[in-house]
Amino acid sequence: MEQKQVKLMDIALARSGDKGNGSNVGVIARSPEIYAFLDKELTAARVADHFSEIALGGVTRYDLPNLNAFNFLLEESLGGGGTETLITDAQGKVHGLALLHMEVNIDESLLSTIKHD
Amino acid sequence: MNTPKKMIRVANAQGFWGDSLLGPKRLVEEGPVDYLTFDYLSEITMSIMQKQRMRDPESGYARDFIKMLKIIMPQCKDKGIKLIANAAGVNAPACLAATKQALSEIGLEGIRIGIVEGDDILDKLDVLTNAGEELVNMDTGAALASVKNDIISANVYIGAASIVEALQQGADIVITGRASDPSLAVAPLVYEFGWSFEDFDKIASATVLGHIIECGPQCTGGNYTDWRDVQDFAHIGFPVVEAYEDGSFVVTKHDGTGGLINVESVTSQLLYELGDPARYLSPDCIADFTSIHMAQDGPNRVKVHGVKGLPPTDSFKVSMSFSKGYKILTTLCISGPDAIEKAHIVSDMVFTRMKMLGADIPEHDRFLELFGSNVLYKGIVESPDQPHEILMRLGAKGMDADKLNVMSSEIAPVLTSGPPGITGFAAGRSRASEVVGYWPALINKDKIETTVKVEEV
Repeated sequence: MEQKQVKLMDIALARSGDKGNGSNVGVIARSPEIYAFLDKELTAARVADHFSEIALGGVTRYDLPNLNAFNFLLEESLGGGGTETLITDAQGKVHGLALLHMEVNIDESLLSTIKHD
Repeated sequence: MNTPKKMIRVANAQGFWGDSLLGPKRLVEEGPVDYLTFDYLSEITMSIMQKQRMRDPESGYARDFIKMLKIIMPQCKDKGIKLIANAAGVNAPACLAATKQALSEIGLEGIRIGIVEGDDILDKLDVLTNAGEELVNMDTGAALASVKNDIISANVYIGAASIVEALQQGADIVITGRASDPSLAVAPLVYEFGWSFEDFDKIASATVLGHIIECGPQCTGGNYTDWRDVQDFAHIGFPVVEAYEDGSFVVTKHDGTGGLINVESVTSQLLYELGDPARYLSPDCIADFTSIHMAQDGPNRVKVHGVKGLPPTDSFKVSMSFSKGYKILTTLCISGPDAIEKAHIVSDMVFTRMKMLGADIPEHDRFLELFGSNVLYKGIVESPDQPHEILMRLGAKGMDADKLNVMSSEIAPVLTSGPPGITGFAAGRSRASEVVGYWPALINKDKIETTVKVEEV
């Protein structure tokens, strides 16, 4: 099977926000087949490694197979939380897009499962 | 008695305090709607409102709401549109008085205003803790004693029941303090469809509905990953939900408005600020997001059904804020070559000079962000070796505001005594501002009493 390196952006969407001194990143696969692929590929450990300089307290993953989605909780990612931090992204607004910069190797056949409107 | 209807339209007109004032106006003018909800409150908003109230006893609520009423109420009255808003913030009496005043200024009569109180427990903290409520920090497990004397505000996230009561008493406008965001939308459904609060699947469905619309256009294409697919951001439609008696609903927006509603844009908002998806906690129920079914139901229409719910927990969430010292932040632009290196020299210069003036800032209270060097995507994308310019955000935290303010007098002099290519001090001197800490806790529901009052003007 031909493998292709893509950005997560090409196969998923994301939305993020703050949760106290942490943030959450919701990820939506662009097809059920890609959800199944990401189920194996996008582990909490891999996401924690991607955000190693941002999520200082580790990462937890929750699954929402009904929505082809995952929810990642990034601990200690906001420099003290929305009300007291000095960092620019005080509410983790950009953590979603930041995750979509990740590169993954995927079977090329899976890319054809993405429907284009 | 209200006659059960088959479908009602609930729209969220304000996603936060400071949202576009065009939202409510356009929702009322551009298409049909039965209820408008206004979600003004967040943790940070509550603490800002409390600070405002400490300065001026007549403030501490969403003044935007009053401005808005004057614009939309004549049409709302004509069309029978009801309003539900957590606009009272930390000062319900002042918000109620301002609402009456606004209606009288535009000469509207026969409007019934409901006010829900009881969420503010600041004055009762001693009584509550003496009665055994520990109010430990939910996130850190820390005991309240460490911050008790510095508490600025304490508000309980109340549920939909009191809002329903106000609607039952004929309220056209319901004003609350810290009601939970989704409860604002749960209430009209319970009232209109005559649902029981023990019908947990329906309550959970309404909670999901409320969660989807609580941030306004963030479910209609705003902040959406595939933004190039979104039409006409300037006229983006605020969300309108067609809610049905069986608990299912369709997320849509008025015809002719901008934005994009598809399964992905609605799912994006479902995931916003989500914790454990199987246990989304609200005062009204526990909603299970892993049970949600969604499907496209025509252009800019998404149908949601099948939501499962569980009984709520026996506690309310309490949101407290406390005084945690001060912070100062100041910015400068530094041009290349060697912009990053020069920025570090400037930072060291400022902190050294502060120390020479008796304002020694310990290492862990210092703050430096160099914009242009991958501040936001730190460690994630490759950074340019030599940016042509850097925005330096230099800051500090501490308990002594005067000490921090030394920074503001020692930042500008680096333009003449530091390395070359420093500019952009147009914003002038910054001042230390108060830092508000956030203290989330739980409180037993039977300790909280809410009151509902409806009066006609």
